[in-house]
Amino acid sequence: MSATRPISRKVPVIATTSAPPPVTAQTDAAVELRGITKRFPGVVANRDINFVVRRGQVHAVVGENGAGKSTLMKILYGMQRPDEGSISVDGKEVSFHTPGDAIDAGIGMVHQHFMLADNLTVLENVVLGSEPTKAGMLDFGTARQRIKEISDAYGLDVSPDPLVEDLGVGDRQRVEILKVLYRGAKVLILDEPTAVLVPQEVDELFDNLRELKKEGLTVIFISHKLDEVLAVADEITVIRRGTTVATVEPAGVTARQLAELMVGSELPTPETRESTVTDQMVLEGKGLTVRSVEGRALIEDLSFRIHRGEVLGIAGVEGNGQAELVEAIMGMRPLAAGTIGLLGEDLSTWPTRRRREHGIGYIPEDRHRHGMLLESPLWENRILGHQTEAPNVKGPWIDRSGARKDTQRIIDQYDVRTPGIDVLASSLSGGNQQKLIVGREMSGEPKVLIASHPTRGVDVGAQAAIWDHIRAARRLGLAVLLISADLDELIGLSDSIKVILRGRFVADVDPSDVTPEALGSAMTGAGGATS
Amino acid sequence: MTIDLRRIALAVIAPLLAIVFSLVVTALVLVATGDPVWSTAKAVLDYGTKPNVLALTLNQGTVYYLSALAVAIGFRMNLFNIGVDGQYRLAAFTAAVVGSSISLPKPLHILVIVVTAMLVGAMWAGIAALLKATRGVSEVISTIMLNAIATTLIAYLLRKVKYDVAGSNNIGTKPIDESGAFPGIDLVPGTDVKVFGFIFVAIIAGILYTVVLGRTRFGFDLRATGRSQSAAVASGVDVKRMVVYSLLISGAVAGLVGMPQLLGGSTRSYSLDFPTGLGFTGIAIALLGRNNAIGMALSALLFSFLDSSSIILDFNGISKEIVLIMQGTIVLSVVVVYELVRRYGVAAEQRRVSRQLADEQPATPTEVPA
Repeated sequence: MSATRPISRKVPVIATTSAPPPVTAQTDAAVELRGITKRFPGVVANRDINFVVRRGQVHAVVGENGAGKSTLMKILYGMQRPDEGSISVDGKEVSFHTPGDAIDAGIGMVHQHFMLADNLTVLENVVLGSEPTKAGMLDFGTARQRIKEISDAYGLDVSPDPLVEDLGVGDRQRVEILKVLYRGAKVLILDEPTAVLVPQEVDELFDNLRELKKEGLTVIFISHKLDEVLAVADEITVIRRGTTVATVEPAGVTARQLAELMVGSELPTPETRESTVTDQMVLEGKGLTVRSVEGRALIEDLSFRIHRGEVLGIAGVEGNGQAELVEAIMGMRPLAAGTIGLLGEDLSTWPTRRRREHGIGYIPEDRHRHGMLLESPLWENRILGHQTEAPNVKGPWIDRSGARKDTQRIIDQYDVRTPGIDVLASSLSGGNQQKLIVGREMSGEPKVLIASHPTRGVDVGAQAAIWDHIRAARRLGLAVLLISADLDELIGLSDSIKVILRGRFVADVDPSDVTPEALGSAMTGAGGATS
Repeated sequence: MTIDLRRIALAVIAPLLAIVFSLVVTALVLVATGDPVWSTAKAVLDYGTKPNVLALTLNQGTVYYLSALAVAIGFRMNLFNIGVDGQYRLAAFTAAVVGSSISLPKPLHILVIVVTAMLVGAMWAGIAALLKATRGVSEVISTIMLNAIATTLIAYLLRKVKYDVAGSNNIGTKPIDESGAFPGIDLVPGTDVKVFGFIFVAIIAGILYTVVLGRTRFGFDLRATGRSQSAAVASGVDVKRMVVYSLLISGAVAGLVGMPQLLGGSTRSYSLDFPTGLGFTGIAIALLGRNNAIGMALSALLFSFLDSSSIILDFNGISKEIVLIMQGTIVLSVVVVYELVRRYGVAAEQRRVSRQLADEQPATPTEVPA
């Protein structure tokens, strides 16, 4: 398939990547990226990135998870060095070796996860690392003065004396912004700043951003939430599969068009409409409820049935209970209520291992945390999760030759690119790690596959291969619970889709007559889904 | 094959670097205090290679090795069993009391004493294990506390069972009968000093350690938990249960640490001068030996060689505590060097793998034609 078919939708594109943006605006370019390429072992994270951020604007960078946004920002903030390409700040070409260099050039970063010391005051946090001194003594007076000035100038409403641990999330974020401004940043990078905020706080943040803009600062706003981007950005650059596909103005696009740019229209959509669903029920959840330590319901009263040969897709914005549902099914989180049945047996009280032994395969969302031993060789990773099953063990003993032989089989069948089975898992690219995991979990004829983002971070070819494997297994009677942020994948593979919102199923969707856009609006609770 | 060679080379270079570095530091300390470096080193080497000192080195090494094994079992699971010290002392004391109060034929008598020691060691470690599994108490804190409790508990109980050692004001447990003696062996020619027969138990323990950790399901679960607890949980390992098992086993092995001295020494009793602090030396040796059975054996011998050969220094007017400086420097530099070498190893392999793949696949690696 062709990976770079031109976008067919009618979107008023300011610039595309193939032709660098017009340089008429050179004078007011705060940051300019040209041809940035960054390779990691076996994978290109960024390829030929081009865009210009104008001074005094909010410039949004949008893209799916894994599209390469964070790598790009790490490059811009000096945490990674690009293999090719150039960065210019205020028209001067720069080369950052450390974040310190970026800060010196006036670029500051507000991380998604706050980097604040809870037990220090706002003042202490702000000066941490660049403490003002007078005759060798800490000079908090001057610092306090400057914090007040900055806070007033940009309407941040931050007072220097409370302890950070007493602040709410929105306040903490403003402290982070102030910290960056204190260090003299003229360009602020905000990495998914709204991920941790409730709607009112998002509005406040946007007010702050407009204030910053008015004072001549430049904001680079990373997000995958399109309505927010449209609300606050002056220009939007879309990144897909590691490269910039377009820069657009929010006035000329709709959220739907942006989504199409993000997902692209060239995805090999897996159209498998001939149904293989049987009437034999394999996995059934009844009234599943999981509570947090504080007693808040993370998922509530979720019920579903998956039959032999059926793929049930779960659609939802990330963080709406998908992870908890999966972990409850795998026995990694206790159920507060409800039962899970596997082929008529109640497995609600079984430990994880017994569930896996009874034929539940598991492709975890976070492969590094839950799917691999990064500093172990590949063949030991073949054993992980299947420590009690042939060909990995014989009685209480590890069957080295059996496990090694089967690892080689997975590598051949799933096209894992590796020089051998003795290399450490950390040496493989993310996509190849994922292929190994998929191959492992499909081994031993599982009855159920719990697949969270099975093709995340995987290149296009491997993605199609993984889809083929899932489809083939489904034909042979595998029941699949599929969770994916890739709506085309979800619609293309699933026999039925449930939409999850705030821990509850809010709609049933028939994948044969739903568009990604309709599904997307159902996911945000806007309704419009058919049942 | 080449990968294995590389890994082995890295594994050997790291401790050698640490030892060389500590030799340099030790030499600098000697220079700074105005002591001769060469003649000091020569004195240590000459004395350390005498047959009787070699036998003592083997004896002390046996004890150190068992202690390091006990620590390493925890380390492989990312558990820091600092409590080996209290575990072996309480185990040896209890075993001494039990052993002296019964009379059995030879092999059985030894067996009962050793099993008692292992059970007590496991039990003492089990307290920390239960606290960790049920209440999430850090094993570092609880084992340190349990060390202190063991010290006082032994002091208290020793008064209850006290048996005056003839001709001194030392007190100890009643000596164990001859049937409880673990026979020593004439391993080093040219000296009357016998080597603890327990050295064979230590060797067997080392082999078991390697086999169980490397070749069994249980060992895989344990190592997986140590490498990534979250991945182990997802793979179906019951981490709490593994915490309990591994600390129990660690404690049981710790129970063996006092046995060579108790059963192979001349008095066969636990008295006030029973060796202490072996559990901490075990931590250092496990670190230096990288939790590897052979690596720890070499490290144990190095430490015991330094211990037993340094005695000569006092006769030459040099404080033998210079050896402690050297051992301390080894441990500190080992921690740093291993982390550096580990990171280098991972990064080097990533580079090598991507280079090899790039050679096979000259086109861009991302876009694979389907």
